[in-house]
This record gives sequence, structure tokens and C-alpha cells, in this order.
Amino acid sequence: MAFDKMKLRDIEVWDGNFAAAQALRQCQVDVVSAYPITPSTAIVEGYAKFKSDNFVEGEFIMVESEHAAMSGCIGAAAAGGRVATATSSQGLALMSETLYQASGMRLPIVLNLVNRALASPLNVNGDHSDMYMVRDSGWIQFDAFNPQEAYDLNFIAFKVSEDHDIRLPAIVNQDGFMTSHTAQGVATMDDDTAFGFVGTYKPMNDMLDFEHPVTHGVQTEEDWHFEHKARQHNDLMTKAGPKIDEVFADFKKLTGRKYSQVETYDMEDADVAVFCLGTSVETAREVAKEMRTRGIKAGVVGLRVIRPFPFAQVQATLKDVKAVAVLDRSSPNGAAGAMFNEVTTAMYSAENSPLISGYIYGLGGRDLTKVHLVDLYNELDTNVKAGKVTTPLQQFIGVRGPKLAYL
Amino acid sequence: MENKGWDEFEIGAMLRTFDGSVDNIAGTKQEDRSYSENSSYRASVADWRLIKPVFNKDYCIDCQFCWVYCPDVSIVSRDKKMVGIDMDHCKGCGVCVEVCPTNPKSLLMFGEHADEETEIAQWPSKDEEK
Repeated sequence: MAFDKMKLRDIEVWDGNFAAAQALRQCQVDVVSAYPITPSTAIVEGYAKFKSDNFVEGEFIMVESEHAAMSGCIGAAAAGGRVATATSSQGLALMSETLYQASGMRLPIVLNLVNRALASPLNVNGDHSDMYMVRDSGWIQFDAFNPQEAYDLNFIAFKVSEDHDIRLPAIVNQDGFMTSHTAQGVATMDDDTAFGFVGTYKPMNDMLDFEHPVTHGVQTEEDWHFEHKARQHNDLMTKAGPKIDEVFADFKKLTGRKYSQVETYDMEDADVAVFCLGTSVETAREVAKEMRTRGIKAGVVGLRVIRPFPFAQVQATLKDVKAVAVLDRSSPNGAAGAMFNEVTTAMYSAENSPLISGYIYGLGGRDLTKVHLVDLYNELDTNVKAGKVTTPLQQFIGVRGPKLAYL
Repeated sequence: MENKGWDEFEIGAMLRTFDGSVDNIAGTKQEDRSYSENSSYRASVADWRLIKPVFNKDYCIDCQFCWVYCPDVSIVSRDKKMVGIDMDHCKGCGVCVEVCPTNPKSLLMFGEHADEETEIAQWPSKDEEK
């Protein structure tokens, strides 16, 4: 069955969801097994419409829950197809059991995770609590800061994930509403160029290879389980990072758009830096530029690859910085922020460590304003001048009521 | 099975049913297939069983109900004739006995250590009430 190609303008005005849906179409994903949830719905809906309109040759499986959605993806991936889905928040929570199955079975599935707060109280807006919840699930995790990156990172995710040396599923994160529903100019690839980048899917150990029957999803106890988990961790620690760099380089060659595991803005001579994820990176970049006109050498670090955590690159990026604020858009609920902990751990064994302070912000879609960031950079500047962190290690930004600060 | 190190086996929670490639496996009877050491066909789980089905050929009408219903593919049937039970894989669930339509039944459950010949010799007679 032949499918039609779609003519795209060089620059299209797309929101993050439609950009991701177009990427799934251009990758000619074989199976999307999905259950809709705000704010990710438009991604799988988009794929379904492309399929109905004969722009893609594939299967759309409508299921009864997110647990079943990922289970369908696992079955299709084990059978030997290129597979993707999308979800958010509560959907990801229901899917979480099967995420561990997918990664342990070494199945290359791409999950578009449109970041949204976790109930309770119920909330449909963006924060990173869902992203954080599955950070130990064995998936590769990319983070897009805008619709362009949501588009690009899908191609990159398939290419990394499906590589026979990697065979690990990948999540492409984008901020709920702030990216998913905000239309921006997106530079496109034509269908042939886009498909050429990911290439025809090359199955591995697929169940539809009847000459080599396999059993997927086997049980192991104390005699084998540890070796399997160790192998998976090893491949994330040693193989995924170099492969991601290689695919980033290929993508730059093709499109001119450059990606790095740790994205840096004005960091060459920065004294103070904000370390964050998602759309906040773009807000922080604007403020950093303004701070420089006020004589504060400000920079921004955005984490592009969350898993595997780019330990060495983070060390190299921050070793000459004097003070860093690590922003966590998720309530740690009784601990230091997760990203604060990871950055601090990396810098603990670095040549030099900056003064590191942590901030919790933006829960449930609460805005992080430029005013917040100006205050934050000024606080970092105060720390630099004092030669120590002058505030508690954990502060809250933008919450009403008496000031919250701990540690 | 050899206890290999973490870097010595194929990735994925996956086991191969056969070593190397196979041809026309669907048309090959189980007993004629060369299953790999990893295939569950080569593993006995007989010790999971507390009670076992005993098959009495005298009353069997080869209806294949037991073969259809057995959840562990442990009823051995060839050319639509009931041959017996794969006692390496039968878990003793008793579904085969439940669905057996003959009178008396051609399959009955007994304790794991019951002697088959003895039980067949004293098999219940036809139940006239039914």
C-alpha cells in the first residue's frame, strides 16, 4: 500500500504537539498505540489523522488505558516495528510499570512526554514531576525547549534508540502548553530527507522472524536479574552518550541545527549561571543577556539529555563558574531537588565546584517570570561576592505566603 | 545453564527457542524439534504439581476438549487422537477433567503419588443419574 507524501514549507508555524506528530509521520512509524491525555493528545491524534488521510502507512491501536498503550507499543516493538506514542502526567504514572518492561526488554520505542503536573490537586499544566518520576526507568530522556526541538529530537531519538548497539527506548520531553500548544516557526525537512535520516527500520530479535523464534519478556530471579540490569546500566553509561553525540553531529550536518547534551548560552566567561530545563531555558537566556548589561556576567545551562545524565559534560561546563542556581520544576517532597542533587554530585568530584543553590519553581504551570530570574541572578552575584552561599540551599520561587526556604 | 557474566549474553529479556535457524517449524511435531537449552520445553516443572490427572483410554472419545482447554498445552494429541499428558509441564489444574464429557470421565484427578495402573483398575463405573 503506497502512502502520499506531504509538501511542507521550509518554515511552518507549528506548536510542539503538531511538530512531534509531523515527525512521527515523516519517520513512517509502523505502530502508534495510544490513549489520549491533555496536553499530549494532539500528537497521537495528529498521527491518526495522517494515517486516515493516507500520509502514513501504519497502525493506530486505540486502547483502554495508558498501561495498555505502552503494552501495545512493547508488543509491536518486540514484533519488529518502529513504534511511538505520547502521554503526560497521570497517563505516564499509569504507564510507569510498562516503561521498565520496555527498557529491560531493550525495545526502541519513542515516547513523547508532554510534561504536566501530577495530581493531587488535579492540574493539566506544565511542570516536570512526570519527567522526574521515571528518571530511573532505564529510558533515554531528551528535553526540548521549544517546538523546533520537539520536532528535531524525535528524529534524533529514533536514530539513537533503534541503533543495534543501543536498543533502549527514548523519551522526548516538551513543556505542557508552553511548548505543546505554543505555535512557533519550525524549520522542516522534506519527507525524503527526514525519512532518510532515520532510515528504514532494522529489526533485531523480532518475533516476526519465524526462522529464529524468540520469547520476549522472560522471567529471571536472583541468578540472572542482576546481570541484565547491570548490562542495561552499562549500555546507558558507556554507549548511549557517544551515540547521542554521533547522531547530534549527523543531524547538524543535515540541517545545520546543532544540539549538545548540555546546552550552554553565554557560558564562556560566565560568573553566574542558571541551570534549568524546558521553556525556562529560553526565559533565562533573555534575562542573562539583560544581566550582562548590568555588569553581571550571567549565563544559562539547559540540560538537553537528562538520561544518561551527562556527568562529565556538566562538570566541564560548570567548573569555572562561581555560582550556579539549579532549578527544579518538581516538588522533591522531603529532600533536596533531584536536579540540584545530580548537579551537586557531579561538581563534588570536579576540579572546581561553583557555589550551588537550589530552587523549586513553576509547579502546576506557575509562571517563571523575568523578574524572578533577575532576583535570582542578583542573589547568585551576592553569593559570588560573599564567597559562600548566603541563602538556604533550597528556596521556593513564585509561591504565595510566607517565604519558604530549607536546608 | 551456564552462569554467564553481564557482558556475555544477548541484550533484552529474551530467550531463543532454537539454536540457529529453523524451517517449517509449525509443520514439525514437538518431539521432532531440536529445542534449545533455553526453551521451556526442556525444563520440567512437574514439581509444581500436587495433584495429577490420570488418563483412561477406555472411555476417551477423542473429542479434543481437554486439548483445547489445557492452559499449558500439556495434552498430547496426534492426528486428533488423545495420546496422553505431558507430565513435565502439567501443573495439575484439573481443567481437562472438568471439561471431559464422557461418562465416566476419561480423565480424573488423583494425588501426585497415586499409582496410575491401580487407579485405572478401580476406575468409577458409569453414573446412571447423568
